Amino acid sequence: MSASPQNIVSPARPLPHRGRFNTFHAKPPLPASTFAAAPAEAVIPKVALDEICLSYKTTSGERLLALDRINLEVKPGEFLCIVGPSGCGKSTLLHLIAGLHPQTSGNVLVDGQPVQGPGTDRILIFQELGLFPWLTVGGNVEFGMKMKNLPKAEREEKVQHYLRLVHLSKFRGSYIHQLSGGMRQRVALARALAAEPDVLLMDEPFAALDAQTRDLLHDELERIWAETGCTIIFVTHNVREAARLGDRVVLLTFRPGRVKQEFNVNLPRPRHMEHPDVTRNARNILDCLREEINKSLEVEYNDEKAR
Amino acid sequence: MKKLVRQVVFYSSLIAIWALLAKLRIWPPYLFPPPWGVAQALRDGFADHSFWIGIAVTMKRMLIGYSLSVGLGLILGLAVSSSKFLEETLGGLLVSLQSLPSICWIPLAVLWFGLSEKAILFVVLMGSLLSVTIAMEDGRKQMPKIYGMAGRNLGASGFRLFWSVLLPASLPFIVNGMKQGWAFAWRSLIQAEMIFLSLGLGQLLMMGRDLSDMSQVLAVMILIIILGYLVDGLIFRTMERRLQEKYGLSPA
Repeated sequence: MSASPQNIVSPARPLPHRGRFNTFHAKPPLPASTFAAAPAEAVIPKVALDEICLSYKTTSGERLLALDRINLEVKPGEFLCIVGPSGCGKSTLLHLIAGLHPQTSGNVLVDGQPVQGPGTDRILIFQELGLFPWLTVGGNVEFGMKMKNLPKAEREEKVQHYLRLVHLSKFRGSYIHQLSGGMRQRVALARALAAEPDVLLMDEPFAALDAQTRDLLHDELERIWAETGCTIIFVTHNVREAARLGDRVVLLTFRPGRVKQEFNVNLPRPRHMEHPDVTRNARNILDCLREEINKSLEVEYNDEKAR
Repeated sequence: MKKLVRQVVFYSSLIAIWALLAKLRIWPPYLFPPPWGVAQALRDGFADHSFWIGIAVTMKRMLIGYSLSVGLGLILGLAVSSSKFLEETLGGLLVSLQSLPSICWIPLAVLWFGLSEKAILFVVLMGSLLSVTIAMEDGRKQMPKIYGMAGRNLGASGFRLFWSVLLPASLPFIVNGMKQGWAFAWRSLIQAEMIFLSLGLGQLLMMGRDLSDMSQVLAVMILIIILGYLVDGLIFRTMERRLQEKYGLSPA
């Protein structure tokens, strides 16, 4: 295991509200050999992806490489955003970290230990949320704690706490279909937080929301992240969202997914989507991403021609 | 309210036309009895307890046969849907067996069990077991995969995953299967009773035929319709609607 790359300007553990550097560094990924172990930064990464490969058989029988030797380290308490064109395997990567799907080769390490399957130290918020419609809002939030066999009094207290955190206390008895999109998002967030994970994995959670609701949820997420101190890995195809939220943004290539570039975002928090620095960073990331988007479009067009 | 008015108007005109046709005596009354004749037959049937006994016997068979087929069907459906091997072998067999009308099981049932209660239950079981099984299997397949993943993600596994996630997630499909199973069981039971002549509504129907008592035939037919509708239309449909509302499957 290697420690954090040396040429990153940000401190080893960027704490919320502590980023004072108005700098922005892009760096290409380094070959593994140059990742020198630095004793001063010998923090065990919260999550480490070690040469992750994933391939699967398509319906036509050929093997498709979805993820190609992904190496990535996420520091404890870091807010990492992963961007890439659709079809680059970013959602799949989260499923691997969550232990819901096995990788073809390589290792997912959490606190230095290989992941063997799902665990409540890593909670994934799915793109489709997967809230349980047969349970009330309160029941959904309580679910993970029930599975952990927490005593009733403690569950009760935590349900109240987390519902307050996402401003949904009044809707505790409602069913999921009675809520708006933004409220469902917040239920999913509360349900995930109530399991008290070390790592929160978020799969394009705000993609289906209108801009106002999304801005609001960005603020809330940033606040909750600061309050809980958990590590967040946030997948999105929206570069502005990534620049708005992340301490670091990782760009994946289109099919097979490889780490193309990493960007450190050292802007003070709380940030704002319209802030010129955020916009400028987003543009830089987008320039880099555009190439991959074009590649993905080309493949789609060719597929169409081939038909 | 408007709907109720329309329904009342519809049914009263239906009965009025029936009464008119009977009054006109186009067909002899023993073939085409008037509504009041049928009403009289209903009253008599309940007064001499024969209808009560018929209903009780039929419902008892229904309860036993149906519970058996739901219990077995859920287990079978679960097994078939969770094993690729069973799905390819047993699953195919079940689908092909379902094309067999349940009345075709009667000769076999008679030879195996004689003219007995067991034979009737067997026919009911065969009539509804397959549809419950297939509905359960479909339900497990149609159930969105995300619920299972979300459940595992939140720390559920094994029996608890099944009990607190997979089962409630497939409940709308299970209820649909139970409803279908009920409809099949009901038809099979009446058919079987008509042939076995052993109390029950089916026998009352055949008795009406043997006595050339058209009023009784119609009275029993109406009873069968009402009973079937009460369970299927009221109990199951209400259950289904409530579930769909709760699960957000239909606009609440």
